[in-house]
Amino acid sequence: MTAGPVPGAPRGAARLVLADGRVFEGEAIGAPGRATGEVVFTTSMTGYQESLTDPSYGGQVLVMTYPLQGNYGVNAVDSESGRIQVRGFVVRELTDLPSHWRSHGTLDGYLRAHGVPGIAGIDTRALTRHLRTRGVLMGTVTSDESAEQALARLRLTPDYAAGDYVATVSTREPYAFTGERDHAGGGPHIVVVDLGVKRNIMRILAGRGCRVTAVPYSASASEIRRLEPDGVVLSPGPGDPMLLDGVVEATRRLVGSCPMLGICLGHQVLGRVFGARTYKLPFGHRGANHPVLDLPSGRVWITSQNHGFAVDAAGLAAEMRVEQKHLNDGTVEGLVHEELPIFTIQYHSEASPGPHDTEFFFDRFLASVSGGGALAAVGERAGGA
Amino acid sequence: MLIIGSGPIVIGQAAEFDYAGTQACLAMREEGVTSVLVNSNPATIMTEEGIADIVYIEPLTVEALARVIERERPDGLLPTLGGQTGLNLAVDLAEAGVLERYGVRLLGTPLESIRLAEDRESFRGLLREIGEPTPDSVIVESWGEAERALLEIGLPAVIRPAYTLGGTGGGVAHTPQEYERIVRSGLAASPIGQVLVERSLLGWKEIEYEVMRDGADTCITVCNMENLDPMGVHTGDSIVVAPSQTLSDQEYQMLRSSSLRIIRALGIEGGCNVQLALAPRPDVVAWEGAAGARDRREAPPYHVIEVNPRVSRSSALASKVTGYPIARVAAKIAIGRRLDEIENSVTGRTTAAFEPALDYCVVKIPRWPFDKFPAGDRSLGTQMKATGEVMAADRTFESALQKALRSLEISGRSLLWEHPSWKRSLGQGGDEPPLEATDDRLWALLAHLRRDVGPDELSRRTGIDPWFTERLARIVAMERRLLAEELTPALLLAAKRMGFPDTVIAELADRLPEQVRGLREEWGILPVYKMVDTCAAEFDARTPYFYSCYEQENEAPPLERERMLVIGSGPIRIGQGIEFDYCSVQAARALRQAGFAAILANSNPETVSTDFDTSDRLYFEPLDGESVRDLLANEAGEAGEAPPSIVQFGGQTAVNMAPVLKRAALPVAGSSPEAIDIAEDRRRFEALVSELSIPQPPGVAVERLEEALPTAEAIGYPVLVRPSYVLGGRAMEVVQNAAELSRYFAAAREEGSGPILIDRYIEGMEVEVDAICDGERVLIPGIMEHVERAGVHSGDSMAVYPPQHVSREQQDAVVDYTTRMALALGVRGLMNVQYVIAPEAEPDGPGVFVIEVNPRSSRTVPFISKVTGVPMVDLAVGVMLGRTLAEQGYGGGLWPPPPLVAVKAPVFSMSKLGGVDTFLGPEMKSTGEVMGVDLSFEAAVRKALIASGLDLHPGTPVLLSLADRTKAEAVPLIRALHEAGCPLYATPGTADLVGALGIPVSRVSKLTDDGRRVREPVEGQPTVADVIADARVRAVVNTLEGKSTTHIRDGFYIRRQATEQRIPCFTSLDTAGAAIRALARPGSYEIRPLPEYRDGVAVAAAGGAE
Repeated sequence: MTAGPVPGAPRGAARLVLADGRVFEGEAIGAPGRATGEVVFTTSMTGYQESLTDPSYGGQVLVMTYPLQGNYGVNAVDSESGRIQVRGFVVRELTDLPSHWRSHGTLDGYLRAHGVPGIAGIDTRALTRHLRTRGVLMGTVTSDESAEQALARLRLTPDYAAGDYVATVSTREPYAFTGERDHAGGGPHIVVVDLGVKRNIMRILAGRGCRVTAVPYSASASEIRRLEPDGVVLSPGPGDPMLLDGVVEATRRLVGSCPMLGICLGHQVLGRVFGARTYKLPFGHRGANHPVLDLPSGRVWITSQNHGFAVDAAGLAAEMRVEQKHLNDGTVEGLVHEELPIFTIQYHSEASPGPHDTEFFFDRFLASVSGGGALAAVGERAGGA
Repeated sequence: MLIIGSGPIVIGQAAEFDYAGTQACLAMREEGVTSVLVNSNPATIMTEEGIADIVYIEPLTVEALARVIERERPDGLLPTLGGQTGLNLAVDLAEAGVLERYGVRLLGTPLESIRLAEDRESFRGLLREIGEPTPDSVIVESWGEAERALLEIGLPAVIRPAYTLGGTGGGVAHTPQEYERIVRSGLAASPIGQVLVERSLLGWKEIEYEVMRDGADTCITVCNMENLDPMGVHTGDSIVVAPSQTLSDQEYQMLRSSSLRIIRALGIEGGCNVQLALAPRPDVVAWEGAAGARDRREAPPYHVIEVNPRVSRSSALASKVTGYPIARVAAKIAIGRRLDEIENSVTGRTTAAFEPALDYCVVKIPRWPFDKFPAGDRSLGTQMKATGEVMAADRTFESALQKALRSLEISGRSLLWEHPSWKRSLGQGGDEPPLEATDDRLWALLAHLRRDVGPDELSRRTGIDPWFTERLARIVAMERRLLAEELTPALLLAAKRMGFPDTVIAELADRLPEQVRGLREEWGILPVYKMVDTCAAEFDARTPYFYSCYEQENEAPPLERERMLVIGSGPIRIGQGIEFDYCSVQAARALRQAGFAAILANSNPETVSTDFDTSDRLYFEPLDGESVRDLLANEAGEAGEAPPSIVQFGGQTAVNMAPVLKRAALPVAGSSPEAIDIAEDRRRFEALVSELSIPQPPGVAVERLEEALPTAEAIGYPVLVRPSYVLGGRAMEVVQNAAELSRYFAAAREEGSGPILIDRYIEGMEVEVDAICDGERVLIPGIMEHVERAGVHSGDSMAVYPPQHVSREQQDAVVDYTTRMALALGVRGLMNVQYVIAPEAEPDGPGVFVIEVNPRSSRTVPFISKVTGVPMVDLAVGVMLGRTLAEQGYGGGLWPPPPLVAVKAPVFSMSKLGGVDTFLGPEMKSTGEVMGVDLSFEAAVRKALIASGLDLHPGTPVLLSLADRTKAEAVPLIRALHEAGCPLYATPGTADLVGALGIPVSRVSKLTDDGRRVREPVEGQPTVADVIADARVRAVVNTLEGKSTTHIRDGFYIRRQATEQRIPCFTSLDTAGAAIRALARPGSYEIRPLPEYRDGVAVAAAGGAE
């Protein structure tokens, strides 16, 4: 890991410039250079390493609303993918002196090692209020140009919505997930379409005895069928689902061939498969405290969320039923097919970061997979990955 | 719906339950449910009109509750809001068959769950069933079992008594001797004689989760909290930070999931608190694969330590930490609401089914009573000792910690405080700053860091996570910069962002605090105010709840309506309790009713005053000059005017702001700072009283001991000594001789008290009045007579209203003097006066002498307001808004007493405070109070005694150990005890007296010869220790002579023993007399809603308001 600056030493100046001209002055953290992307905030109070490495944040500059970051350092096991996925990182305070038995180094050093710039010391609450009121917008973290120069540059940068981020975060080749340890295996074969998958999805499946294969987002239906999956999981990922016609088409062709689970972007893809369109939320749902109402049971689950788009239930085919809704704004949180074993959730049952309350959803999916029922029961008893 | 309150404030059960109960009553009202409230504590807001629908101020006993239930026939009982007291009483009512008999449903937490969570054996069974780890432990019910348990568990071991408050009677034992002592004390403390001996997890992280669950099985956690002090210190005595700072998401979620599994398994519908211990690393125990664990996904082991199946102190804290009103939501769940049906009133657009997101850091620091009890045992363990707590929020840990530290209001204890002995080198009688858990530890850690001891070493020695010690090291590093560097705008801003107050910056940078403030104003370094909105700014919120920080954006523009600031009373401490929160809350309500916006400032998370809907704007801030001026500046805005501040209701804390505000040319509502100063400066006050020809005990103010000795001689011992300025400092004392006077002077000088006043000590009956003055008229709602004669602090006295032994002439004098003083001082609002009545000291007059005037609301305001029905705080606020008493429908003079008698009795927490002497004296020691109200004096006294745990039953064996000077006076009491069938035990001198009366007595030997040496045991004669310890005696009357140390030692031991055995111990013959007379005249008492006792008066008040 790259050696960071001396702890406690003063940092250089940096500024965050937003597309609407608002400027926040702070100090530079992480790698030198500029970071440009859609500026979004998460209200999750823990799990910065998981968030930084979550591919769904591709193309975005991430603001942490909790002011103290880096407290427990970074480690070898909390990453959700092979690298930091965010473009830039914005915090109120970044500690140089982490404390945790598992920590390998500082968050600052981690950003540096992955070439990701950031900014600290700014009024992140003022920024969050701005984003909430104004809606998310493009912004840039910079330390070597004036605010005017940065703004001019920002105006020439294509908008986030135009970017095909899935292509940049998805695996290029299919691979078998072996996880951090040997699993019993021998269970059903689950193919995960990697739109920007988080490791914990595969860990959970493997932990329940599944054989897990990840395939690129560009995999065709026939390529997937050739793998003889017992079930298919469409993973979360970044960007606008309306750009993913290819994935939607491939998925459409798979419908009916095996049980399917769509998570987050995967849920939106399945929504499109069944006729719905998707739309952009003003500032998205990002955090670990999102209440989702399960309509059949009347129960509310606290979920981990990270999405800027949502499924519009209006165009949805009759056979797809909205089973879960966001308690705060009523957006669609889960769909279930009236006849086929197809389930979708807008939130992250795999958590990481966030509450583990809905991990059972994987068991529900696996129960519909041939030979998966017994495994699901095992998973439920084990209570986690 | 019946709601049981938590009774008097004691250590472990404080204002948080008034907050919980008040929220619950208001929630019932919102839901259209009629609430019936029973509480014995009159100083509470929940017992005020307009909160609950039907209020009983009655003892919290099965008998009283059964009679309330019989009369009111409630549909349900909500047992989870009155602390452990309420919960235990609910269980008792269920077990006595009362609930079944009257068809009362127990709501919220099923009885079975209460038993499960409270009974350690079954709780462990449940945890095992759901796979939750719990430390090895053994339940024992005798010393023999405890000896066997020790072999299994080993030392150190934690001893936890079943069913006690705040860990009373428990502790951590490191040696076999400690083990035996604590086990025995724990067995005695537990009402079922059961303790748990548990493997010690000393040094593990202590984490708490506040969990809610509704009838649809939706579960959420409101927040988690991390104790800075690792396992081993009671969470109520720990510095707590929220949210957790050192837990990874994996650990956070693991413990969260565990907490949810527990609330589900218990089937609680409402709130619950789960305490967990998390190993700081996986290898603290034998751990499979520990070597490689760093790179694997296993989390460190944890244990479930405790579950409170009810609203708790921690849930009050969590409510203030997050803005999520746990008690309100719990009450609504109990009557069948689901979380997603309950509005989040902070955002107004989301529901209670979510988890708050914080974008700030909160630090809580306990407030311990050791400034009052310097001789007490200051070590912290599993038995809680703090009386209250403070909380501060900010954007960094350092600044939140520093604000909390300022909020403690311990005079002379800034960040930079060090014990004098730490400053001396070890060779010269100095001490190393102690790192064991005591109330000094935070300062000791800073002192070590200043001496270049590294944070790692401090963490190793204390078990405090290095993250915290590193943060403290950053504070010390900033101290060094302030000492060494030039004070630039950048440095000043950096220091302010770290929470350094102007006073500390001034001390380090060699400036005056006012100069630092000047620089801040010049350089534009001013705080902004951020909202506690439950959602980290994700939604637009409407809450008025703010904290200060040094950031860019201010979210609290000045309120545009006419407004006033009510300065609160800070942490609950001995001498400044919940009564002042009652006054602050009433003041806010009165302002709002008058169409004003009420702004409140306070630092206490337990209280109703810091509830988000008590005021139009709440500043959660330290109550010192800097913060109060800053928030007033914020309210003044760019060019506007600051609102007037009300300083009368927040006890001494708020009154102390008067001179600060005056110097800053900020307006004060009501009595002027000048009037306050005259009342508080005893020399000025004395001059005024002389001018008015009002008698006062002869006295002189002296500066030096050389003056004091002849002065005292001339006045004649005993004399009353006290500092000339109240300012909450050193208390008064009755001094018997020159030696004691010298000692007092030495102690006072060390504290830097100014001149000392020496008054003649007039031993007489003490009476007290509260008065409201509008500048023209003075209304005296009531005169209270103290049961104990002058010399016992008024806060520790039993007070009777209306007076029973004060003649018409004396009452007239009290009214006359009070009226004239209030008018002469120019009081606008409230005033409290204490008198002593001693006719023999003034043979040609009424014999009424004024001893003290407090130009503010007193601790008796809620008591008098409730028993007379005169809304004192409302009237005082009305006066401040410019309305005369007449305009408010009230005249001057003494309010006609209603046909009731009310007795206010103090309640002590001495069993929690080892090493503290319990005798009653001029220094206040009680933590709370109860009220007994009835139609006759006898019945009212009986109820007050029952409610305060001092009632005697016929046949109770009593130990007497009386000072010579009190022996003659005690004779009728001894006779009365004998006639009531009480077997008597007595120490030799007293036994002679009892024997001479022809009354049988068991002679008990003392432990020492007047404290000089330990006595040889007398063959066949038990010692005082034996008869108390083996429960042969169940009450003690022990009077002491003077304060000479020799006499104290045996008496001290007797009193401590009695306290630890939790039996009544009377140190004043007056209190003992009241109890014994009540015993001698058994009779029944009424159980009625409070207004029914007042009946006649309620009509008169309405008539008067026309």
